[in-house]
Order: sequence, then structure tokens, then C-alpha cells
Amino acid sequence: MSNAVPVLNEEQLESFGKEMDAIRVRVMADLGDRDVQYIRKVIRAQRALEVTGRGLLMLGFFPPAWVAGVTALSASKILDNMEIGHNIMHGQYDFAQDPALSSKNFDWDTACPGDQWKHSHNYMHHTYTNVQDVDRDIGYGVLRMSDEEPWRPYYLGNPVYAFLLAVFFQYGVALHDLETERLASGERTWKDVRHIAKGIWRKTRGQTLKDYVLFPLLAGPFFLYVFTGNLVANLVRNLWSYTIIFCGHFPDGVQQFHKSVLENETRGHWYYRQLLGSANLTGGKLFHVMSGNLSHQIEHHLFPALPAHRYAEISEEVQEICLRYGLPYNKGPLTRQFGTVVRRIFRLSLPGSGTPALTAA
Amino acid sequence: MAHASNRINHRRVRAQQALQPVMASRLLAALAFPHSIDRYLELVDPSWSVSDLRGTITDVRHETADTVTMTIRPNHHWQGFRPGQFVQLTVEIDGVRRTRCYSPANSVHRADGQIELTVKAHAWGYVSRHLFAKARPGMTVGLSQAQGEFWMPSRRPGRVLLVSGGSGITPVMSMLRTLVDEGHQGQITFLHYALSDQDVIYNEELKQIADAHDNIDLIRVYTEQAGVGEAFGFFSADQLHSLIPDFAAAETFLCGPPGLMEKVVQVWCEAGIPERLHKEFFTAQSHPVPAGDTVEGDVQFARSERFVPNDGRNILEQAEAAGLQPQSGCRMGICSTCTCRKVSGAVRNLQTGEISTEANEDIRICVSVPVGTVTLDI
Repeated sequence: MSNAVPVLNEEQLESFGKEMDAIRVRVMADLGDRDVQYIRKVIRAQRALEVTGRGLLMLGFFPPAWVAGVTALSASKILDNMEIGHNIMHGQYDFAQDPALSSKNFDWDTACPGDQWKHSHNYMHHTYTNVQDVDRDIGYGVLRMSDEEPWRPYYLGNPVYAFLLAVFFQYGVALHDLETERLASGERTWKDVRHIAKGIWRKTRGQTLKDYVLFPLLAGPFFLYVFTGNLVANLVRNLWSYTIIFCGHFPDGVQQFHKSVLENETRGHWYYRQLLGSANLTGGKLFHVMSGNLSHQIEHHLFPALPAHRYAEISEEVQEICLRYGLPYNKGPLTRQFGTVVRRIFRLSLPGSGTPALTAA
Repeated sequence: MAHASNRINHRRVRAQQALQPVMASRLLAALAFPHSIDRYLELVDPSWSVSDLRGTITDVRHETADTVTMTIRPNHHWQGFRPGQFVQLTVEIDGVRRTRCYSPANSVHRADGQIELTVKAHAWGYVSRHLFAKARPGMTVGLSQAQGEFWMPSRRPGRVLLVSGGSGITPVMSMLRTLVDEGHQGQITFLHYALSDQDVIYNEELKQIADAHDNIDLIRVYTEQAGVGEAFGFFSADQLHSLIPDFAAAETFLCGPPGLMEKVVQVWCEAGIPERLHKEFFTAQSHPVPAGDTVEGDVQFARSERFVPNDGRNILEQAEAAGLQPQSGCRMGICSTCTCRKVSGAVRNLQTGEISTEANEDIRICVSVPVGTVTLDI
């Protein structure tokens, strides 16, 4: 499969990069009221869903109210984390100079502290996307998601770990910046990460207090309905965001890269790596919003700081450019893409390897 | 109608004030965590906030052909002002927030607690032209508490001279209205410079005040229209001596364009009484942007109290060369880790080529190059 990846020469890479730069410059010059109104509309919808959901859960003794409450609260948390939090923390709306939309200030309704996320995700993952041993999003230090990762008996549990990570996804994400696997190996000491652990503790405590103590207590005799409702809403959010995120870089056809590509990497190759290292999901408008437009993972990786609601229109142009350069544009429906991800998780639990990493374009 | 809605607005502010202890409670903060409770209050009323000072425009009128006068009801965080001080007004234009300074022109004793800002639409004024065209009752704006060292001492001086030019009238208008409300007994001279009679902001009210008070002299000096005002021509020492012979006996408060201010300061210095002159510089935002690719000016790091001569590299590299360690990540303008506040000055965005002169603006310093002197909160 890797043999099918087209190799561009220096010149082609440069002009490919310039075409991508041109898209970014054009969209940046066009940012304005439309983008700000859009994200505020989503925020309003999310707040309304949250207030409604939490209100309905107070009446959770009445089963339809409980189900509706869980649905609304799940949707609220998904919107908050994905289309709102993830994208605002990328700095996509920093241009507006609105403190409420600023990447510096924003924090989201999940256990991971916003500032740590910005380091592990915006910087490490987005700069070094799919570079083995650098991008920790390859397997999150827990799973074997790369053929080049040597097999160990530990990885027999790959599917189990993947399932547990999905269920407890918010805590997995929260622990991400601790780099627990490097702690275990002694590369990092607890002293190095004390401030990180403190931040995680503070954030997780706040989230736990809100969802599992205060709101249930407010319901008085209906404590358990609210408690379980919040638990299920968090679970739904965990499973959904896990599914979408795993479809970003692990479906069939997505390339991983060897560390050596980072040496003197050109702008053009950076774009090339982002394109080949990402995969899109096809679907309707609501699906794109609920996935935080991470369904346009390719566009997101090419232009992480552009407002995500613009990706759909940008994608037309990106596909046209890819076609001209003979580059693959990996897209497919959720079921198919996620199916190949699950297959990879199972396949890599066993010894042996398939696709080697790319060393250079 | 206006009165009824005013009363409702007033009640709303008082109700929000009464609810403040609840809204700012630790319990509500824990329930809204990690978001601010403001995010929910805004669903009810966009000017409601537990922490931010905001205002609602309640009235818009045009005193002259190129000015707009806005009455604004601040929310319950407003702590009032001293006559002469200014506030920072934040408005959103095409999705981007912009902040400018304006002096309230109303009396500090105004009964309904609202403030009045008069803004002149300058040909090059992005914000002032927007306010002139778009300000409407019901709009929510951002405000700061009153700021500035230009204000009339609470022990009011006996003899008062107020000197202003153009839209610099607003802080001294506030002083005049305040003194009138206080029944000030001392002599007050209001010396105002404008192009012509049509350009005098608050012209009618000034005439009424002067007519109604024996101790208040109104002297309007027009620079482009003879025979209409009380005097004609640009400010000069001779003109001052003939119009206000006892000026040296007064506490003088001055606000106007740079040309007028320079000349007035010179006269007061020559008279040996610079300490009796209190002044406020107001200048329209117009940063001279160096042409072409010349590398000049300094890069000032305000928080670290350090500065280096601009060497033309991006600000992140210049900060590091100066021995500072601002947060940074990708160094290519994608991760937003290095985003920090530019206090003043112009920068060119390396990604778009655009030059931005906006004060107090968040920028990505790894893709921003100083254009002339720039000050950063680093």
C-alpha cells in the first residue's frame, strides 16, 4: 500500500506548499463577523443544551426526562469539547480579540486542563503529526498503533486497552501530557511532572465536584438520577470523541513518518506530511458540527488555526489540488473508516508488521 | 417611551447588583466550572456579567454633522468617574474587537447614573466612523473603569479656566456641567476652539448655561469663520491676554489637538505658571508606519522592563535574543502557544503580509515582525 504513495520532487513540493499557503492567506484575510457569529451561535446552542439537560435530569425520576436530559447534556459536552473548545483553543478565533473566544483563556468541560492540551496537541501533535517517536498521539503511549513499534506480549491486550481508553477517554486525554510511559521507563521523574500533575488534579477535581457531587446534591432525593445521568453523558461524550479522533490518523491508507523527515523539513513537505497523515469522514452538516469539523481532519491539519467551520468549503479546493499533484485524499464514511481502525487495533495486537513508515517524500 | 424603558433599564441594573453576591458565589462558580457564570448570564442579558464592566447604549444623537453622542448605561460594576477622566470603549467591528479612549462629557452628578460619550468621526478613524454610522440604542459595548490623571480636584478651585479644541471639549464639558450642578460660585471661563459655529459640540447647551449664570463666560473662537463667535483665529499669547487678562489667576484645564496644546503649554510656561495648567492629550489613533522594508525602532518588553533595537527578525526571536523566554511551540504560526499581548505599535504578519497598528491586541509573535517601535506584554 505504501508503494502507492506518490513521491513529489523538491520543486513539486514547493509549489504544492505555495498553493496551500495561498488558501490560508486568502481565508485569513476574509475572517470576520461571519466566523464570530457562527461560533457564538454554537456556544449559545451548547449553553442552552446544557441548561436544558441539567434541568431535565433533575426530573430524572420520570424516564423520558432522564433520557432527554442525558441526550441534551451529552450533546452539550460534545459541542463544548469539539466544535467550541478544541477549535477555540487552537487559536482559530484569536483574531476576534474577544477574551471569551481567546485561546489564552478558554478551558473546556472535560478533565484535561486547557493549557496542557494546548502543549501536547497544538504544538506536539500538530507540528510533528504522525512522526514516529515524536507525535505521542500515535497510540497515546498505551496502544500499538504503528507497524514499526516492536511487538511485545503487553500488546496482546491492545483491543482491551483501546476499549478502556474509549470508556475513560477524558481521563486518558487528561493524563496525556504527563507522558506516563516515560515516567514508567524512568526517562521522566515525578519531580519533573509535579506541576502537570497538580494541574490535572485541580481540573479533574472541579469536573468531578460539578458532575458527581454538586448537581446530584442539588437534586436532593433524586441524587442518583442526576449522578447516573451525568455519568452516562460523560461516557457518551468519551465514546464519540474517541471514535472521531481515532478516525483522524489511524484508518487504512494514512501514512506515518520516520523521525528523519524532520531534519530541514521544508514547508511544502510539512503540508505533504499533514495531508498524507490525516483522513476525513464524510457526512452531513450536523455530523460535521458534532465532530467539531474534525471530520475534515485533512483541512484541520493543513490549516489548524483557521476556523473549522470553513474547512468544508476549503476542502473542495484542497481536493482539486491533490488531484493535480496525484496525491491521495483519504475520505470515507464513519463506519468504514472506524472499521479499518478497529482492524488495525486487533492486527497490531499480534506480532508482525505491514506498512513501514515513510522516510522522505 | 424613552422614560419607561429607561426606568426598566435602571431597575435591571439594580436587580443585577442585588444578585451579584449570588452570581459571584463559589457555589455557582463550581456549578459552571470551568466556564465563567457570565456565559450563562449572557443568555439572559448581554450586558450582564459577574466580573466585566459593560454598558448598553440607551440613546444616540448627533450634536454636529460629524459627531455622534451616545448615552450609555454601565452595568453595576461601574464605579463612577471624576470630571475629566476617560473610559476605554470596546466595540466589535466585522467580528474584531477594537478599543478606544473617550471622556464622558456628563456631570458626575447625573441622576440616572448613565454616561455620555461624544465621538467625532475622523476621516481615518476606523472606530469613530463605525460608531458614527452604527451606534444604536440597545447595543452592548465593553467599558473600562474611569482612568487618567486629568481631573478636577474635589476641592474645586475658585477661578476656573477651561480650554478646549474640537472634540477635546468632552472632558472639560464634564467639568463645566459638574460645576454647574454644584452651584459653583467662582468665576468660570469656557474657552473653546472650533472651525466654525456648526462644529461646536454642545453649542446650544453652552449658550444656555452661559446665559443662565453670571459667573460663567463662554468664549467660542472660530478659526475658519469670522464675525460669528466671540473671537476669531488660532490661539496665541496676544489673543489670550486680550480675551482673558486674569488667566494666570485661574486653575486651567486643557484638552485639544496637539497644535493647540503645544501653544497653550508654551504660554503657561513663559508666564512661569506651568503647575496651574492641567492637560489631557487626546490624539486620534494614527501610528506613522515606516514605509517599505526599513528596520527601525525598538522592541520593548514591558513586563520584563527590557528593550532591544529592532533587528527585523520576528518578535519571538528578538525576545529570545534579549534573554527572555516567552512560551513558544511550532515557530510557524500554527499552534498559538506564543500568542501574547501587543500593547502598542505596529507589526507585520509574516503569513498574510498585513500590518496591524491596533493597541492591546493578541498576536502570534513567531510570525510577527515589528514595524517601527512596538511594545509587548512579555
